[in-house]
Amino acid sequence: MYEVIAFYLFSVLTIGLFLVTIMSKNVLYAMTSLAAGMVLIAGFFFILGADFLGVVQLIVYVGAVMALYSFAMMFFDATKDIKEKNTNSSLVFLLGGLSALVLVLMFAAPIHSDAIQALYPMHEGVGNAQDVGIVLFTKYLVPFEVAAVMLLVAMIAGIILAGKKMDDSLTEDLSADDEILTQKDEK
Amino acid sequence: MIGLTHYLIVSAIIFSIGLVGVLRRRNLLMLFFATEVMLNAVNIAFAAISHYYNDLTGQMFAFFIIAIAASEVAVGLGLLIVLYKKYGSLDLDDLASMKG
Repeated sequence: MYEVIAFYLFSVLTIGLFLVTIMSKNVLYAMTSLAAGMVLIAGFFFILGADFLGVVQLIVYVGAVMALYSFAMMFFDATKDIKEKNTNSSLVFLLGGLSALVLVLMFAAPIHSDAIQALYPMHEGVGNAQDVGIVLFTKYLVPFEVAAVMLLVAMIAGIILAGKKMDDSLTEDLSADDEILTQKDEK
Repeated sequence: MIGLTHYLIVSAIIFSIGLVGVLRRRNLLMLFFATEVMLNAVNIAFAAISHYYNDLTGQMFAFFIIAIAASEVAVGLGLLIVLYKKYGSLDLDDLASMKG
């Protein structure tokens, strides 16, 4: 009973929040609603019994990714509304809905649900974190290490890309400085 | 009772929301938000299938998707900062340098 209530509450809230993310003109509103939607998605994971995944979602997405976005938002001038040239919005909606429907049909059509059998079944009486750990460090050890290397590469790339000329201001108009200097010279 | 279909439908709805965002947005930062929405929708589907088929593989894939999303954000935001330094704007129409 509680599962039903939680499911409908979470799904309605998540869809609403992500709609705000997509529609909002303000970066701050979009980012906040995205973070809230991700917290609710962690709630989905908890009612699905994937406790460890839910915790990882909270830590990585709501913690790390959102912190990165908010830092990036400080670099860009995020306080003013974004002006976007949206031509033919209804056509985009139609195309997006249609292509999503086609994707869902494409991926759902070949699945005969009886033919699916569990490769790594969950164990009764064992916590989700233990189960995940056993499978992750035996069957998925190589992808795990590759993912670790990929994260290291991403970290170095982020530092190299963003770290150059960090002492220069991004948002201030540089021509303003020149104007001030020329005014000084005229005096 | 809530079945697998319910979760998959919610996941498909959220995925199409993200897809509409990717098609509609002209600002690169907002485009990134839309891709995050799509990745999260896929994670819901993986977790739901993992739960209803009593199989851990779905959760494993969700973990790797989260790792990929994290590194994508790190590299992508670095690129966005470089672009913003160069052009002073994140609008895709301003950034289009190839007139096709």
